[in-house]
Amino acid sequence: MALLQIAEPGQSAAPHQHRLAVGIDLGTTNSLVATVRSGETATLADEQGRHSLPSIVRYTQDAIEVGYQAALSSAQDPHNTIVSVKRFMGRSLEDIQSGPQSFAYEFAASDNGLPLFVTAQGTVNPVQVSAEILRPLVQRAEQTLGGELQGVVITVPAYFDDAQRQGTKDAAALLGVKVLRLLNEPTAAAIAYGLDSKQEGVIAIYDLGGGTFDISILRLNRGVFEVLATGGDSALGGDDFDHLLQNHLQQAWQLPGLSPQLGRQLLIEARRVKEALTQETSVLASLTLTDGSLLQHTVTKTDFETLIASLVKKTIGSCRRALRDAGVTADEVLETVLVGGSTRVPLVREQVEHFFGKPPLTSIDPDKVVAIGAAIQADILVGNKPESDLLLLDVIPLSLGIETMGGLVEKVVSRNTTIPVARAQEFTTFKDGQTAMAFHVVQGERELVADCRSLARFTLKGIPPLAAGAAHIRVTFQVDADGLLSVTAMEKSTGVQASIQVKPSFGLSDTEIALMLKDSMQHAKDDIARRMLAEQQVEAARVLESLNAALHKDGDLLDAAEREAIDAAMTQLVVVAGQDDTDAITKAIEALDAQTQEFASKRMDNSIRAALKGQSVDNI
Amino acid sequence: MNYFELFRFTPAFTIDTALLAERYRELQRAVHPDKFANDTEQQKLLSVQRTAQINDGFQTLKDPIRRAEHMLALRGIDLSHETTTVKDTQFLMQQMEWREALEDISHSQVPEPMIDGLYQSFAAYQAELTQLLAALLDSELQADWLLAADQVRKLKFMAKLHNELTRAEDALFD
Repeated sequence: MALLQIAEPGQSAAPHQHRLAVGIDLGTTNSLVATVRSGETATLADEQGRHSLPSIVRYTQDAIEVGYQAALSSAQDPHNTIVSVKRFMGRSLEDIQSGPQSFAYEFAASDNGLPLFVTAQGTVNPVQVSAEILRPLVQRAEQTLGGELQGVVITVPAYFDDAQRQGTKDAAALLGVKVLRLLNEPTAAAIAYGLDSKQEGVIAIYDLGGGTFDISILRLNRGVFEVLATGGDSALGGDDFDHLLQNHLQQAWQLPGLSPQLGRQLLIEARRVKEALTQETSVLASLTLTDGSLLQHTVTKTDFETLIASLVKKTIGSCRRALRDAGVTADEVLETVLVGGSTRVPLVREQVEHFFGKPPLTSIDPDKVVAIGAAIQADILVGNKPESDLLLLDVIPLSLGIETMGGLVEKVVSRNTTIPVARAQEFTTFKDGQTAMAFHVVQGERELVADCRSLARFTLKGIPPLAAGAAHIRVTFQVDADGLLSVTAMEKSTGVQASIQVKPSFGLSDTEIALMLKDSMQHAKDDIARRMLAEQQVEAARVLESLNAALHKDGDLLDAAEREAIDAAMTQLVVVAGQDDTDAITKAIEALDAQTQEFASKRMDNSIRAALKGQSVDNI
Repeated sequence: MNYFELFRFTPAFTIDTALLAERYRELQRAVHPDKFANDTEQQKLLSVQRTAQINDGFQTLKDPIRRAEHMLALRGIDLSHETTTVKDTQFLMQQMEWREALEDISHSQVPEPMIDGLYQSFAAYQAELTQLLAALLDSELQADWLLAADQVRKLKFMAKLHNELTRAEDALFD
């Protein structure tokens, strides 16, 4: 126990200060927030002691209701009450309407074909609705913990594609919340279990939620959680069980067209029956029509299992594929972990147990396990546990490719590649004097572009006019630790950096995000300029703190002139950070970044060398 | 980038994969973006780039075909963008035979024994090619390296064939 805390010179904040960070499970049906307090990880309850928040948002003329209150009006006001918004994230309206389900909402399409819900408050998009679900969770955390959050970890299905991940991050950005990381739900569950049991070996996480299914195979080894393979279906979940049961009841009662109200009522009844069948072998379903007449029908467990059998079989097929991708057999899997409310369905449990040949673990509440894992990761990422040896190595769930001649896909990064990953691909012009080139990035496993998901289109401009085939353009695709793609390009012979405009096919453009941000500010009666200033001041403080620590540790890597230039740029940043000119702060940060680029790069190389220090150069 | 150097291995086809995995984890601990979640944008970007490099290095050294390709590239024989095909007639005949067998799977009443049989034949042939490849890469002679490149090309054919077999197997379950 240290009696005396010695602060690093130049570090303004006390280094031992506990930073507030939470993990948020933004679920299809329910959402939760959890945090680590005095070494204990727990989900946080609202004032009524309820931990989960139904992921339901209702827009009335003058208010936005979220959670339990919104759920109350779901049957009466289906148009304005958005349920399972997660299923709309990153999808096009066409996508959604071509599916088997019918929805009670009134839809409109945005300029690039994204679904908009037409509500009493005008149109809202899925990102905005998701932000409304996050809002009370963040508020709950700040009230309970007594301060502003320094960062959050938000979980997403492992099988979410780029557009769905970006949408989730955008929702947090609307609230001005710093996202430390998007964490895959199964990985979060593995953290919660793995740290708990301290076991080492291969584990399988079977995660069947309200709207999504994920299977992940991980190897645990001395604090490293390495995802070997992941698979699943981002549009398969307990909601589908509900809809099948809803259709079954509709047929049994010979109800022709349903009004939106009656449809929602029937869906709610279907869900009740499904849940009751977890314990019972038969359940009496009932529905009161508007004329007061009562419909009744008995649903047996066998009826229900016949309805959902093919969906459950589909999930087991994904398990088989994931094992093969991971290069392990079912016997080698040490434990299987069940996550998500839909794993309460007895048939699901039986099938998973049968496939892996061992009873699955369920010791942590399957509804809370994801939020708990996210909270543990948030605590580490925010810097509360510098000594932690936890490390997550995740993979990209779907292959990334680009469209080539004839509508074919050329794979650039294949699925289950560990992220971050960077891949460069070379292209050449096919016409004399060609100065631009169009690209189409897709995500998926199929060979035809039409069978994959369109991710983004971008145009390379500013290619120097040369003879056909003479310009060599090197395009680098980079996927970061959150699974998000960015693209850079360069013409090789001239070194000209080509500019890229990435237009997300099913995401929001920067302009749309800026507009939404402005909108949300007006709601909060806040000032966008003030927030931008505050954000830049925080970044300035972060840059200075980080650099001070780096100089203290590795200052000897610099010669006198380099040091002088860095000191001057730092002084400049300190000066402008104290004033209220946002642009000046941004410029001063950029100037300092330019001065320290080489220093930072050297330090990174040093730490790579240091990591293998003492290891002999020979391999055998 | 010499990935053998990055992982502190002497360039050789036979490597200790357990040690490789251990060094990979140590390197990840040093540079992974999660270690810089609270750091500046500059540090984050740098960390993403270095980690991507380490990931690529690990994948390259772990996979025998890619490892061999990397060794050949370091010796000035670049196979990554080539269009040269295999000219070995006997090899091509064998490929055609196997492809026909693959097509028969979907018409078969009892496909499982066929699938298992093909997996075994593929594995045996790949082991044979790999053994020859290892010997050729150990050689000091440039002529042997060019022969090694031929083995790599053949192994790539086999990898494709193997993929098609797993796809055919998948189709049975769907």
